[in-house]
Amino acid sequence: MAEFILELQNVSRYFGSVIALKDINMQVKMGEVHCLLGDNGAGKSTLIKTLSGVHQPSEGVYLYEARPVRLNSPRDALDHGIATVYQDLALVPLMSVTRNFFMGREITKGWGPFKRFDLDNANRIAQQGLADIGIHVRDPEQAIGTMSGGERQCLAIARAIHFGAKVLILDEPTAALGVKQCANVLKVVAKARARGLAVILITHNVHHAYPIADRFTLLNRGRSLGTYLKSDVTREEVLGMMAGGAELEELEAELSEFSRADQNKVANA
Amino acid sequence: MSVTTPSAAAPAKAASENHDERLRQVSRLKRLLSRPELGSISGAILVFLFFAIVAGDSGMFAADGVLNWTTVSAQLGIIGIGACMLMIGGEFDLSIGSMIGFAGMMIAIPAVYWDWPVWLALMFAFSGALAIGFTNGFIVVKTGLPSFIVSLAFLFILRGLTIALSILFTNRTIVGGVHDRAEGDWLAAAFGGEIGGWLFAWLANIGLIGTYPNGDPLVSGIPMVIVWWMLLAIVCSWVLMRTKYGNWIFATGGDAKAAKNVGVPTDRVKISLFMFTAFCATVLAACQVLEFGSAAADRGLLKEFEAIIAAVIGGALLTGGYGSVVGACFGALIFGVVQMGINFAGFNSDWFRVFLGAMLLVAVLFNNYIRKRVTEAH
Ligand SMILES: Nc1ncnc2c1ncn2[C@@H]1O[C@H](COP(=O)(O)OP(=O)(O)OP(=O)(O)O)[C@@H](O)[C@H]1O
Ligand SMILES: [Mg+2]
Repeated sequence: MAEFILELQNVSRYFGSVIALKDINMQVKMGEVHCLLGDNGAGKSTLIKTLSGVHQPSEGVYLYEARPVRLNSPRDALDHGIATVYQDLALVPLMSVTRNFFMGREITKGWGPFKRFDLDNANRIAQQGLADIGIHVRDPEQAIGTMSGGERQCLAIARAIHFGAKVLILDEPTAALGVKQCANVLKVVAKARARGLAVILITHNVHHAYPIADRFTLLNRGRSLGTYLKSDVTREEVLGMMAGGAELEELEAELSEFSRADQNKVANA
Repeated sequence: MSVTTPSAAAPAKAASENHDERLRQVSRLKRLLSRPELGSISGAILVFLFFAIVAGDSGMFAADGVLNWTTVSAQLGIIGIGACMLMIGGEFDLSIGSMIGFAGMMIAIPAVYWDWPVWLALMFAFSGALAIGFTNGFIVVKTGLPSFIVSLAFLFILRGLTIALSILFTNRTIVGGVHDRAEGDWLAAAFGGEIGGWLFAWLANIGLIGTYPNGDPLVSGIPMVIVWWMLLAIVCSWVLMRTKYGNWIFATGGDAKAAKNVGVPTDRVKISLFMFTAFCATVLAACQVLEFGSAAADRGLLKEFEAIIAAVIGGALLTGGYGSVVGACFGALIFGVVQMGINFAGFNSDWFRVFLGAMLLVAVLFNNYIRKRVTEAH
């Protein structure tokens, strides 16, 4: 087996005249959490959509287990074990937990014209799959619309894990979550890694990424600033390299300037 | 403050312990209350009660009266099922009515003017209809235009073609004489025939249903249009609720982008649903042509709206992703009962439209409320 399950070589993606990605190189290893960092519009979503078959590279090579592949659809990617949990989660609020869990991959029983969606088994599996990552649903036939954001995120992850994902791609899984739900989701990510999956995690937030990531790739305005092992960089260095990191430092400097001025005022008075 | 807190917390904790038990019961009731077909079933019961009171002795509930409103319900039910499935899949078809007229001509003209056997004419009509449904769906998914507009275009195109082509080929807009051709045709019987004649003869014999003065029972059998309605209702309901494809329909209508992202072939689902509505329209057209023995270019006028209303009364959301075939069938039943009941009760039939509009409004308000129940966190 190849050292890297996924590899991009000089991949670019254009939308008409928009250069969303330019000459991206990236390697993803099993059993690792690979974190994609970058500002709004840096191209993170475009990059993972390219990895998951929604977009095809305009230029460059996509290697899967060291062999060049062309993924024409998310279905293609799924068949290779590349599962993606999108920012919008790909859940349908009006449908039940079970129907969402099995959406697009329904288990069936019976044969020929009598082949049917095996709902009893599906209910059981969905409930079990969620319980395995620590989410307990009362009724697997309840509509998703009634679940909390964190629960939905975990459901989407549980679904991907259940369907044999080797590579799990998560687009800002912690974006809209409170502290506790955030911790739950990151715990689920750690569980996935412990099972030997490769996890690609997108976030704006270094503080979420740093504790769990093994490797970072930084994106800025469609270009990669390089990939770093956690052992090689500190949190502050990562923060500094991110677009906006410089601004943040400036802001900090300004703020301390203010507080010094305030202290001076107090001292003068 | 610190003194009152523990005492307030204690009963709260006790309550939360048996909380789950109570929640369970509430949620079971709630689940029943949020079934999409609830509205139309209770509506149907109300309508039956109403006419049982005002028209109970008018013959509306005698065998021939029942057959009368069941047939009307079945005609609408067949296209209502098609419209309902398509709406759950997130699209509309405004060309259903025109398709009925067009399909009727595709059966009658070849059979009467070109001397085709009726079974061949029927197959020709079904293939033609499926091809048109495919085109309709293909344009919708490829252009991303609202199906409302695309199918509105087809409403006019098909109606215009029906009139223009029937005049071109036959010089008239009503093509009769199908009965003679259909005599003994194996496929024609599947649409124009009746079943269960022996049963009704027997029922009349033992006096359970009335007879004409000459001794024939009031009802000679169940028309195929009713059989088709029941058959489609059972098959479609099963497909929707119990198969993989049914799950795809809900997913496609609920959120096509999400469905696509997890590998549901949403384009194929939508196109197949457009083809299915065209199929339903053709089934109805075939039943009508073979029952009346003629096709008319204006047949099916405004039927697309009635079909959509039946689906909406049946609980389908206009935004897609939610609805029920059983609900749509009850929606059609309400239609049939009211339309015929108004005649039986001796009301002016103009009231039917008033009722229709009011019913639609109530149904949409009710559906909106149900959707909130289903999707909002509690
Ligand atoms: N389908 C598309 N057509 C045209 N431009 C696109 C398309 N998808 C993305 N882009 C452009 O590509 C750039 C990168 O977008 P992308 O969504 O990948 O950013 P992102 O890093 O995910 O941002 P965010 O943090 O806000 O999610 C943006 O400038 C965006 O406008
Ligand atoms: Mg993004």
